[in-house]
Amino acid sequence: MDVFTGFTALYIFMLAGFVGYEVISKVPVILHTPLMSGSNFVHGIVLVGAMVAMGHAEGTLELTIGFIGVALAAGNAVGGYVVTERMLDMFKSSKG
Amino acid sequence: MNYLIDSSYFLAAVLFILGLKRMSSPVTARSGIVWAGIGMLAATIVTMATYAHPDVHNTKLMLLALMLGSFIAYVSAKKVAMTDMPQMIALYNGMGGGAAAAIAAVELVRLMSPASENMNSTHLTLAVLGAIIGTVSLSGSIIAFAKLQGLIRTSWNFSGQQFLNLGLFAVVLILGAVTIIQGPETGLMLLALFFALAFLFGILMTLPIGGADMPVVISLYNALTGLAVAFEGFVLGNAAMIIAGTVVGSAGTLLTQLMAKAMNRSLANVLFSGFGNKTSSGTQEEVAGSMKAIEAPDVAVMMAYAQKVIIVPGYGMAVAQAQHKVWELCKLLKERGVDVKFAIHPVAGRMPGHMNVLLAEAGVPYDLIYDLDEINAEFPQADVALIIGANDVVNPVARSNPDSPIYGMPILDADKAKNVIVIKRGKGAGFSGVENLLFFMDNTRMLYGDGQKMASELIAQVKEF
Repeated sequence: MDVFTGFTALYIFMLAGFVGYEVISKVPVILHTPLMSGSNFVHGIVLVGAMVAMGHAEGTLELTIGFIGVALAAGNAVGGYVVTERMLDMFKSSKG
Repeated sequence: MNYLIDSSYFLAAVLFILGLKRMSSPVTARSGIVWAGIGMLAATIVTMATYAHPDVHNTKLMLLALMLGSFIAYVSAKKVAMTDMPQMIALYNGMGGGAAAAIAAVELVRLMSPASENMNSTHLTLAVLGAIIGTVSLSGSIIAFAKLQGLIRTSWNFSGQQFLNLGLFAVVLILGAVTIIQGPETGLMLLALFFALAFLFGILMTLPIGGADMPVVISLYNALTGLAVAFEGFVLGNAAMIIAGTVVGSAGTLLTQLMAKAMNRSLANVLFSGFGNKTSSGTQEEVAGSMKAIEAPDVAVMMAYAQKVIIVPGYGMAVAQAQHKVWELCKLLKERGVDVKFAIHPVAGRMPGHMNVLLAEAGVPYDLIYDLDEINAEFPQADVALIIGANDVVNPVARSNPDSPIYGMPILDADKAKNVIVIKRGKGAGFSGVENLLFFMDNTRMLYGDGQKMASELIAQVKEF
């Protein structure tokens, strides 16, 4: 497993933090709910982490926790996507 | 293989950011979620592929977990009604927090096995912090879900509650610190206690918060889950998790602030005050005048011959499932050449933008829907302001009475329209428990009845002209 040194990670934190702030800052109120749901989907990427953790789990306890983790993360990703898509599907303009 | 994984994570990070960017405009929003979805799919498939290896023993179980979680979430997400959307978002968000906590738990338990390589203290600290945040987000979101779903009706308040919570939080922090210091020597029992108390803290912290404030809390937990995911991403050396988690963390924090601001509250106020349970301590203004009722046919005449009508929907409209009828009425009026617009208050519905989703569900185009700032100047020119299921957001007391609990909240200036029609089931006060002065004004008429039934009657009557 390649690990980031402290400062590389800190730079990523900092830059990603600004990106998140900037991307959202001009969003109209009408999209607040879908956007919250969309960002909820995005942190569903925790799924790949849960898979990695379960992948190198040893013994029943680790495996059980890993299993729960993967199932929960999959729920986050899939549920977040479906709900967001359903909402955004309905937004349309009067011009067609 | 590593190269492939890294590329897929890089692609996912780029697509997430572009996707969120696209989601911030109604024109491109639909494609935004698809872009983010492609990124997620790519990262998941590549990760799964690295485990499709005969000598990795957990692959089958992993696939089972993946399918189990996906299936349950898919079915529930397809079935949920749009009015219940906020609590489902809370639930999926809690799952993400739980997953982040589970990653931390696996890593910490692994650390204690004799064969493990050592974790450096930065990793250990972030793993523990991610564990706390993720666990609190999980149990807090479950409570938020239960409250909005109506499973928990009472808000649990007692004196000294905040000190209890603070004490509990301190214990959780101490246990976390002990884990960090002891490292591999930490006992399983201590670790279990650490997670259990963090879980309990999430419950106790969320229980006293009133249902009206839940959206802000859900948004906060959404940001927190992002942060937990970023921390665990650091532990696993996974850049996609760090970037996605941090972006959500900061975006979610901003979104939480926007929501709190729209409700004229500070975040601290939402978390620690228990508003919505107490009756207001301020002096209630004596209400002058009386509510004057009107019948549907008279309203229909008024609207059919109006030049400009502004409809102000509230959550009551959604509960009565009247949005389809209201849109039908709107179309009918537009055919007659009436200028019809929808005015939406930022906190109408159960969370900001919720009402827009509900109107969109009925087929109302988003360019007929106006925000508070855009529409307020137009009320004086409106012949009719039709209030349906909204209450506090049109209460002029927010402008006039400094003692009122809702004083200072920006409102829709419906009272400035030439005629105000309020469709309402009974004579009760709004969500905040404050009497609505608008209902007693000279230019206001009350149309008592169920939203959907009244809208149907108005449609039938307007067709007559």
